Amino acid sequence: MAHDRKTSTPFYGLMAEFDSAQALLDAAHKVRAGGYTKADAFSPFPIHGLAEALGFRERSVAPIVLAGGIAGALAGYGLEYWTSVIAYPMNVGGRPFHSWVSFIPPAFETTILFAAFSAVIGMIALNGLPQPYHPVFNAERFSMASQDKFFLAIEASDPRFDENATRQFLASLQPREVVQLEH
Amino acid sequence: MDASQYPHGDYRAPVPVLGPGHSYRSLTDKLTGIVFTKNTPIAWFAFLGVGFTLLMALFASLTYLLAKGIGIWGNNVPVGWAFDIINFVWWIGIGHAGTLISAILLLFKQDWRTSINRFAEAMTLFAVACAAVFPIFHTGRPWLAIYWLFPYPNTMTLWPNFRSPLIWDVFAVSTYGSVSALFWFVGLIPDLATFRDKAQSPFLKKLYGMLALGWRGSAFHWARYEKAYLLLAGLSTPLVLSVHTVVSFDFAVSVLPGWHATIFPPYFVAGAIYAGFAMVLTLAIPLRAMFHLQDFITMRHLENMAKVTLVTGLIVVYGYACELFFGWYSANEYERFMIKNRVYYGPYAWSYWMLLLCNFIVPQILWSKRMRRSIPVLFTVAMFVNVGMWLERFVIIVTSLHRDFVPSSWDMYYPTIWDFMTLFGTIGLFLTLMFLFVRVLPMISIFEMRTLLPEAQPKAKPEGGSH
Repeated sequence: MAHDRKTSTPFYGLMAEFDSAQALLDAAHKVRAGGYTKADAFSPFPIHGLAEALGFRERSVAPIVLAGGIAGALAGYGLEYWTSVIAYPMNVGGRPFHSWVSFIPPAFETTILFAAFSAVIGMIALNGLPQPYHPVFNAERFSMASQDKFFLAIEASDPRFDENATRQFLASLQPREVVQLEH
Repeated sequence: MDASQYPHGDYRAPVPVLGPGHSYRSLTDKLTGIVFTKNTPIAWFAFLGVGFTLLMALFASLTYLLAKGIGIWGNNVPVGWAFDIINFVWWIGIGHAGTLISAILLLFKQDWRTSINRFAEAMTLFAVACAAVFPIFHTGRPWLAIYWLFPYPNTMTLWPNFRSPLIWDVFAVSTYGSVSALFWFVGLIPDLATFRDKAQSPFLKKLYGMLALGWRGSAFHWARYEKAYLLLAGLSTPLVLSVHTVVSFDFAVSVLPGWHATIFPPYFVAGAIYAGFAMVLTLAIPLRAMFHLQDFITMRHLENMAKVTLVTGLIVVYGYACELFFGWYSANEYERFMIKNRVYYGPYAWSYWMLLLCNFIVPQILWSKRMRRSIPVLFTVAMFVNVGMWLERFVIIVTSLHRDFVPSSWDMYYPTIWDFMTLFGTIGLFLTLMFLFVRVLPMISIFEMRTLLPEAQPKAKPEGGSH
């Protein structure tokens, strides 16, 4: 993806820096109202409503976790059934080979195990991580995004992007500064 | 009960969860400074030294165990399970508070969990590691135990028996360890990014950078992150309750008087949380003093933990009462004998009374607000509970086993020096891991602490928005 952008635009985008979460959230609303669709905000902690303000509508994590949980339940119970009834039937105290009551605790654990791994792997994969390089890291002050500063970037590949107009638009949001992000 | 409900000056206002006068920057600098400092507190070296020495004792005792076999331990028929399972249950129980704090209190929106969840989760992981030592080495030949414990296609085409609670235990504990590690790591990612950006040395920058997976704090990433974190908390909650339930099944499913009781699952879960909170207090009090964290782990945290300890302790005492009642109400000769043997005429009756002293009598002091706010008192009570919860498992396991149905098989159990070396050795493993952890990773969740600042909760502006 990064390669596509590299060929289509001369630089990655423009990024404004803000001092407070409130300023960032207000700016995000204005960016969306301004019609920009390829914008992202960066903050040192989660800010409620920020992603939605930028047009985040995705609901993928929960279904992935549900699918993982169902897969875990089937895998766990299937393993128990297959080993106890088909592969290695063993008479233990006259109990049925298919002792479904006894099979519940391990199947429960595999449900949780698969669901938890789906939550984490799904979240990381949807976020496109691990991603060691990203153009935003080129901004000199971006290391503050994990400490106490707030950033908002508009990509050059956005259809509404115009170098001068977007720069002026970002400047109108009263940021600390606006910087250009190289690829 | 979030602190912001109380306007300043309200007489009911609790101690805040965060000391006054902090900003994003001061929080970040203080909490990263614990790791990126050249002035490690002397006390840290002292604790690590003690832990490391005991860890060496663990290695020595396990090496001797592998050379000689488990005959070096004191357990023998009829007490076939002793320190190995007592210590296992004790450690697993201690781990439970970490998950309770990180998952259940998150679901209940208890903001005071924020500054203690990270090291409580680390405590969970390390406690599970300590617990795992015991069953693994009790198998005598751990390199063979893989096919005894885990279902995998082996050349003998043998499979474990899924009707046994012992195999449920393998699934419960290994899932618990894995999910706790995931939960812990996910919580660490944003803080690892902070560490990457604060580190001075290029090596540390790269190391923390790799662990942070390239986290850049994107709003879209945060949205999915929070969703995944919430779901993990939702999954961990039934998981943590199931783990000690399954551990209690190891006993409750058997027919031995003293083990065969339906109260076991809830009573074990309450006992686990009780033991765990006592251990969190045991760790939080010295860490708070050592690294000057009074602004982050305030009196509010200590007091709330004391309250949870008191309540879960009372549930545990209710469990003891139920055991006595069941013994009497069963009208079964063996059950009644077991209770009388446990409480007054058995050779281990002293352990039952010590247990009541540690787990029932001493913690009642926490009813007093003044006592709850006294750090020496809290620490002392926590120590009593740590010992008491160990004694509880001793009472359940050894006292029940040493007088089983047939008097001709009755015998006494005496632990050997190797039993003690393994127990104290795992305490060494725990201390070593814990104190190394606080020096290399953020022991308090930095990004969650930032959200406790009032300016971290901006108001959404509908005008000009996309709605």
